[in-house]
Amino acid sequence: MVLTPIIFKIILVLCVFGITLLVATYSTYAERKIAAFLQDRIGPDRAGPFGILQPLADAVKMFMKEEMIPTVSNKWLFILGPALALLTACMTGVVIPWGKSLIIGGHEYSLQITDLNIGILYLFGVVSLGVYGIMIGGWASNNKYSLLGGIRASSQMISYEVAMGLSIIALVMTTGTLSLKDIAAAQHGGHWNFFIQPLGCLIFIICAFAETNRAPFDLAECETELIGGYHTEYSSMKLGFFLFAEYINMFISSAVIATFYFGGYNMPFVGRFVHDPNWLAVLGIVFMFAKISFGIFFFMWVRWTIPRFRYDQLMNLGWKVLIPLSILNIVVTGVFMMRHEIMAYFVK
Amino acid sequence: MQALTNRSKVVSKKEMTFVEKLYLPAIFGGLMITVSHFFRKKPTIKYPEQKREIAGVFRGQHVLKRDEIGAERCTACGLCAVACPAEAITMTAAERQPGEEGLYREEKYAAKYEINMLRCIFCGDCEEACPKEAIFLTDRIVQADYKRNIFVYGKDLLVEPKDNPIDLSKRQTPEVKEFKHHTEYQHNQTFDKKQKIKAGGH
Repeated sequence: MVLTPIIFKIILVLCVFGITLLVATYSTYAERKIAAFLQDRIGPDRAGPFGILQPLADAVKMFMKEEMIPTVSNKWLFILGPALALLTACMTGVVIPWGKSLIIGGHEYSLQITDLNIGILYLFGVVSLGVYGIMIGGWASNNKYSLLGGIRASSQMISYEVAMGLSIIALVMTTGTLSLKDIAAAQHGGHWNFFIQPLGCLIFIICAFAETNRAPFDLAECETELIGGYHTEYSSMKLGFFLFAEYINMFISSAVIATFYFGGYNMPFVGRFVHDPNWLAVLGIVFMFAKISFGIFFFMWVRWTIPRFRYDQLMNLGWKVLIPLSILNIVVTGVFMMRHEIMAYFVK
Repeated sequence: MQALTNRSKVVSKKEMTFVEKLYLPAIFGGLMITVSHFFRKKPTIKYPEQKREIAGVFRGQHVLKRDEIGAERCTACGLCAVACPAEAITMTAAERQPGEEGLYREEKYAAKYEINMLRCIFCGDCEEACPKEAIFLTDRIVQADYKRNIFVYGKDLLVEPKDNPIDLSKRQTPEVKEFKHHTEYQHNQTFDKKQKIKAGGH
């Protein structure tokens, strides 16, 4: 019986990994379908009913394509780039609480792979590593466009990570914890952080768009200016890895936004109708994935609505708007939390 | 200066108000516009299953018609090849042997008749030039293919099958036939000449 938690963890890891890949695969399909529907088209509908097998066809295509490594490139870094991008993208799913604990045979099994007490810091660390894949890929290609794409990606990520971190500080102040499990658990019964921290939530979502290199902040790819940016020289499954990493990042970002600000696996009023903890846990997973799905839809919705920012506009928004706003958010949150002490000081 | 069109707009570069500077209302408005398209009925026609309705005068793949008893009408006179501005038509004439009366209407027939569908511009001049009412353009679309030589259509593809006559009523309406007899239009004068040739041939 000692081994059972470990076996459960292994199963959970495999499940999370598999679901992450599956969601990323079908995000490509969803992206194309949503793009089509928003543009009065139908989208892929030839492979299987409603084109449901399209991602498989795309994967086969990616694998069958000719593998090209430019002779002027640094071969090992060239291969390392997409591998690193995909690796870091997959690593973030570890700290996200996918649901409440399952209780099987009197034992409690958490639906979170690992509850780090500094989960937020871990998340930020891994997300920051994500830029290395793009940077290395863009630099190792030895191509001017790729290099520009890589530089843009890195400077963009660094700029927006500041605002993102500052917006999270206000959240940490109100919740008083760095553990994602506690943050999710504290939001039960409709006390979502979104209502406590609306400005922080907005800043975080904007920064999440920038961190995942999604439109309107997809300056690293920028087909029209940089011919694909950091992945210009990539072909075959290495290109697939880069694209796949982007979709995994989107999935994880949606999960993080849902956990931080939209209650995670919590849904108000469900506890009144369902009392069995296992069923509650299962429903929690369902709600979590519903929120994530909406998040992914929102990412795509925005992508097909808003045009790309110009580079100076991007930097202006990041440094001159989002960072001051998030600092203001911290100050306002702090003042609100200390309001009794401040009142006591002045009234006395 | 007078404007060429009345569509020109004076561009104003006025300072944005605070609400406009926030961008978020504008972004929200844009999102609403795109999502309204999400549920709209799509105008897509799923081609191989559904076919778009094409105009009655559409000029597509040619057909070499047979007459009432099923004999080929074409007599390999070559007028279509002469009329063809794209030089897409070639043919070889042959003499009808005794006993082949059911196969060919006239004493001379086209042993080989080829239209290069890549050269063809589907103008319909061959149809107009034909004195025997033998060649017509139809509402069928020439199939796409990977190899060029496949587009040289021979008699096997052009002559209408005996058991499956090609419907020409859309293009050969009584009005069109009537119109062709009005020789006062320059458009129909060559046709009139052909009618004389046809009368002389019989």
